[in-house]
Amino acid sequence: MAFQGTLVIDTEKCKGCGVCIQGCPNKVIALSKKVNHKGYNYLEMVNESACIGCANCAVVCPDGVIEVYRAKI
Amino acid sequence: MAKELKLMKGNEAIAESAIRHGVDGYFGYPITPQSEVLEHLALENPIKTTGMVVLQAESETASINMVYAGASCGKKVMTSSSSPGISLMQEGLSYMAGAELPAVVVNVVRGGPGLGTIQPSQADYFQSTKGGGHGDYRLITLAPASVQEMYDFVGLAFELAFKYRNPALILSDGMIGQVMEKVVIDDYQPRWTDEYIAEHFPWATVGKPATRKHNFITSLELDSAVQEQNNIRIQKKYKECEEKEVRYEMINCEDADYLFVAYGSSARICQKSIELARAEGIKVGLFRPITLWPFPSKQLKEAAKNVKGILSVEMNAGQMIEDVKLATECRVKTEHYGRNGGMIPDPNEILEALKKQIM
Amino acid sequence: MTREEIIKPENLVYRRTPVLTDNVMHYCPGCGHGTIHRIIAEVIEEMGIQDKVIGISPVGCSVFAYNYFDVDFIEAAHGRAPACATAVKRLNPDKFVFTYQGDGDLAAIGTAETIHACNRGENITMIFVNNAIYGMTGGQMAPTTLLGMKTVTTPYGRTVEANGYPLRITDIIASLPGAYYVTRQAVFTPAHVRKCKKAIRQAFENQKLKKGVSFVEVVSNCNSNWKMPAVKANEWLEENMLPFYPLGDLKVPEK
Repeated sequence: MAFQGTLVIDTEKCKGCGVCIQGCPNKVIALSKKVNHKGYNYLEMVNESACIGCANCAVVCPDGVIEVYRAKI
Repeated sequence: MAKELKLMKGNEAIAESAIRHGVDGYFGYPITPQSEVLEHLALENPIKTTGMVVLQAESETASINMVYAGASCGKKVMTSSSSPGISLMQEGLSYMAGAELPAVVVNVVRGGPGLGTIQPSQADYFQSTKGGGHGDYRLITLAPASVQEMYDFVGLAFELAFKYRNPALILSDGMIGQVMEKVVIDDYQPRWTDEYIAEHFPWATVGKPATRKHNFITSLELDSAVQEQNNIRIQKKYKECEEKEVRYEMINCEDADYLFVAYGSSARICQKSIELARAEGIKVGLFRPITLWPFPSKQLKEAAKNVKGILSVEMNAGQMIEDVKLATECRVKTEHYGRNGGMIPDPNEILEALKKQIM
Repeated sequence: MTREEIIKPENLVYRRTPVLTDNVMHYCPGCGHGTIHRIIAEVIEEMGIQDKVIGISPVGCSVFAYNYFDVDFIEAAHGRAPACATAVKRLNPDKFVFTYQGDGDLAAIGTAETIHACNRGENITMIFVNNAIYGMTGGQMAPTTLLGMKTVTTPYGRTVEANGYPLRITDIIASLPGAYYVTRQAVFTPAHVRKCKKAIRQAFENQKLKKGVSFVEVVSNCNSNWKMPAVKANEWLEENMLPFYPLGDLKVPEK
């Protein structure tokens, strides 16, 4: 069974620490070149189709800014 | 049930009163001359009867912080100690005043400074009435002069502490703590229920129901503008307390040419000095502050209107005399007479001091 | 599948727990405190005990924990959280009471309260966040600072001669009969977070048994005061902290 996942990222609350990027098995996420209102390079999905909705990124996020959805395909 | 009469030590009266006033918790650490408070509570074991928690903590520091947290939950909690232990509690008292928490602390004062002596003293007057710990705050300070008052003031101290959301202190001494006297004791008041606490103390941390925001108890505020407002609110409360809660006693003051101003043990000894003085035709009266903070300044000023002199009798090197002089605006000749280091003045030496220093 | 087709309530696998408030945490980017707060809040949510929890926060970086947990909270004086928790639990035995303390709070100024609450076997949960440094005051030596580690008060590195040894206080606690469950965890990878959350769940569940203190040390980071980026700090943690503070259970309840 395969899964397709996606993320809803609260970019304004993201502090751009990058800990989640280390936890992602499929290199789905990266820090944006753009910054949020606090000046942080926030998290964005760069390879959305590779996301399997494992929630590793959300589980390790210190600020709880990632919401994870997963559907069977 | 009718009121009972019991013979007990001052320290035991504190403990018995706590159980009978529906106190929820006592946290303490042994120190002479007040260990009977904890001992009596341990013997009575009220967890089996009223459900009151009694715990011997690892230090006075731990005790006062147990009281801080118990008070945060809207519970009636208290501790007792003697001077060196009370010094250790100053941090916690400051936090409680800052977080606006009600609790009762009993200081059965011994002579200092430092480890000092285990004999009675009134050398903690400044510490008790001027703040004690860091920051702008006051403790509501009650000074019992009998075992009966030790008993009665537990209830009164809790009433005032909850009314003003501020710690209240019973400032006793080794003599009142150790002496045995007859005490009229009340029937048992039940402890407050969880429902009562939730209804009357909406600030208490009792577990957050879905119907309200979470409560938190803290004395921290990094925004200075908000902290200033917090302090203004606390000071307003103190002003109200100063207006409404002053307590004092006047004995033989109607025709007095001279006044003794004394509290606690000293006030009792002064009563004998008055008897001796009046036998010699010297008209002396006693003004006894019962609340040391708020100090009965207006009342003392009034009482001192027609007297020729005041002797502030204290078992210390002269502390309350500063409040006496402030109250009378130094319009009356005022001197201090005191013994310290655990020495208790004799009625005759007080009378001699009056003659020598005032007359 | 399009993004819109996936983002449906029935497909939600992870969201921020409502037991945390909406306040943005003041912690530095990548700080373990946020993760530890979140998994405690998730445990509270999963156990359905939000209305029965009273938390105690320390002095230190997590002094403001009460702003982030949507449960009733008491902010204790420095080091006194275990004394506070003792009173709260004894006066409210049906509530779930937990302390949250850093290394300076728990293992330096509050050592007496820590040891005695554990030794009395208070029926509470204690969370101990060890990042081997004082964060809030700006990176001074902690009791748990490693030998050789540079801090602003050990600028040439901690030495035994000058500063004594780093304190494994959790090992001491495990030796006390009043401690029921003692474990050392971490939160720097998703797998560690999941394991740590299980341990915290266990530590809260244990309060129902009334058998003593459940103590969870979380070895964490302080990238700001370690002076390295968050990801690098986590690598440093693994290479330097874990050999001295090995992860795993130190004391598990007898079955």
